[in-house]
Amino acid sequence: MLEIHQLHKSYPIGDSSLHVLKGIDLTVESGEMVAIMGSSGSGKSTLLNIIGMLDEADSGEYILDGLPIKDLTEKKAAVYRNKFLGFIFQSFNLINYKNALENVALPLYYQGMKRKERQELAMFHLEKVGLADWAQHLPKELSGGQNQRVAIARALAANPKLLLADEPTGALDTKTSYEIMEFIQQLNDEGKTILMVTHEEDIANMCKRIVRLRDGVIMEDKKVQQERVSAYV
Amino acid sequence: MFDLDLWREIFQSINKNRTRSLLSGFTVAFAILLFAILFGIANGLKNTFKEAFGDDATNSIFINSGRTTKASKGLQAGRRIQFKNEDYDYIKETYNNKVEFITGRVYKNINASFRNEQNNYSVRAVHPDHQFLEKTKIKEGRYINQNDLNNATKVVVIGRLVEEDLFLRTSALGKYINLSGIPYKVVGVFTDDGGDNEERLIYMPITTAQQVYGNNDYIDQINLTYNPELNYDQALAFSSSLVRKLKERFLVASSDQRAIRVRNLAADSKKVNQFNLALTSIILIIGFGTLIAGIVGISNIMIFIVKERTKEIGIRKALGASPRSIVSIILIESILITAIAGYVGLLIGMGVLEVVGPKLEAYFIKDPAVSTSLVISATITLIIAGGIAGYFPAKRASKIKPIVALRDD
Ligand SMILES: Nc1ncnc2c1ncn2[C@@H]1O[C@H](COP(=O)(O)OP(=O)(O)OP(=O)(O)O)[C@@H](O)[C@H]1O
Ligand SMILES: [Mg+2]
Repeated sequence: MLEIHQLHKSYPIGDSSLHVLKGIDLTVESGEMVAIMGSSGSGKSTLLNIIGMLDEADSGEYILDGLPIKDLTEKKAAVYRNKFLGFIFQSFNLINYKNALENVALPLYYQGMKRKERQELAMFHLEKVGLADWAQHLPKELSGGQNQRVAIARALAANPKLLLADEPTGALDTKTSYEIMEFIQQLNDEGKTILMVTHEEDIANMCKRIVRLRDGVIMEDKKVQQERVSAYV
Repeated sequence: MFDLDLWREIFQSINKNRTRSLLSGFTVAFAILLFAILFGIANGLKNTFKEAFGDDATNSIFINSGRTTKASKGLQAGRRIQFKNEDYDYIKETYNNKVEFITGRVYKNINASFRNEQNNYSVRAVHPDHQFLEKTKIKEGRYINQNDLNNATKVVVIGRLVEEDLFLRTSALGKYINLSGIPYKVVGVFTDDGGDNEERLIYMPITTAQQVYGNNDYIDQINLTYNPELNYDQALAFSSSLVRKLKERFLVASSDQRAIRVRNLAADSKKVNQFNLALTSIILIIGFGTLIAGIVGISNIMIFIVKERTKEIGIRKALGASPRSIVSIILIESILITAIAGYVGLLIGMGVLEVVGPKLEAYFIKDPAVSTSLVISATITLIIAGGIAGYFPAKRASKIKPIVALRDD
């Protein structure tokens, strides 16, 4: 699915620069469910954003689904983000003046799908996350868990191959977190490749592999026995 | 291509972000409104001055006579100077290359009647050139011509209001009007921009008046226009030469101010022109001022809007929006708001001028109005300015990395 070799990334800070990723090597196969862990500031989000083409690396190689991601035009990058990648953010990042259905339908709009079709498809995904009755509600009228489920439905709507989630449960209480995780596990069962950043050991253990970062390098990378959310409840 | 979905996105964005839309719309509408009203008022002022000074040809010279106030060449003061046909001919011949149009005038007040209607009017007995000096517009029929003059025919050209007064709703042309007992054939009806008084006049051939009212060859006043190619200084030199020659001709002391009076409109028209120029400059400054204020306003708003939408742009980009779609959604929204608001401002401005306009005549503002095309041009200028002002920040926003835009709060 994706291959990363010797990836480096620094942020300029004043006159000097902060070396955040110091040579990352990582390979993820199709169908994996990977948790990225590490202390705050270790570069987890930076790595995920580069994988998601929201940010660019300074040097190193990144191949996504056989395509080298380097010096792409904005137009091409837009197509890849739209077709390949689905994002789930800690802060949901929904458009506040659009209702749930319209938010979910937005990536489909950028695929050029017809209005009627995309509304049907968006509704289908909203049903999947159990929010069919909330389709006409604005983000501010929904709870955190509900908003995150709208965001998941949106990430899924475009049927991406790779789902990236940066602390998807970070803003949610334990119970809601588990509901979200159960859902993400289900998606993985259906064959989606998933990469997620998390701080919580219990959430990480619900994945199939844990990559630990420290100071911009991978310190540990191990397969784990997946804990099913259903077993917790 | 018409992209319905794009427009739907734009309308939703306008509709759901009403404060923002109203704010920018208000700025534009207000600028256009102000533009229309200020321009209208300035135009109204201009109209007032045009009416006060612009009725007669600006290269006119009026020559009047009076009584001498000084003894000269053995003649006593208090002598009456009377122009005659020969003086008219003299000027015409002497200044052949400087005179454009020339006419004599004989004034008479008469009682005119047609059937049961009657009223008092001023008669001006003139030469055919008078039409061009006075800028008389023939509505029907013709003006006095050389043939009338040669034969001293009893014909008149009457003002629109004379026709209205005496002939009620019928046409006067070809009918006979009775002037103090003598019938005259109406050969023409005229209008004049100089106001109602000018349209209550009756013109007749000068020779007719001389024959009927005194059997002499007297002329009360001589009016002429000089060759428009003369510049201001040449025009003044011409009129002083005229004064000198006439004073010599009538043996009037050169210091006598009353016996022969020549009024050169060039002196007046220079002042009017200067005033007009000043007024035009003020109009332009006001116009550009409001426009620039509008442009600055809409530019600031566009920068603000793009800033406010940065996070939304980040989200859209993360979901696969192309840079082009980002730019177009912002740009079309701003153009749409500017156009609608501009139109509203235009309607309100025109409406205000329409309603308030007539009440302003007391303040020397007559018919305040702006041409629609001018206001539309102003609106288009604002649209373009808003477009340009929106384009650059929108372009920049469309190019920033999504992660940078997403981090924006
Ligand atoms: N745009 C930026 N400019 C400068 N420094 C940055 C920028 N983004 C991140 N950093 C720095 O890079 C380092 C890594 O950031 P990153 O967000 O990847 O950490 P993280 O592992 O996701 O941390 P957390 O667990 O707190 O989310 C941090 O020290 C952060 O301050
Ligand atoms: Mg992070």
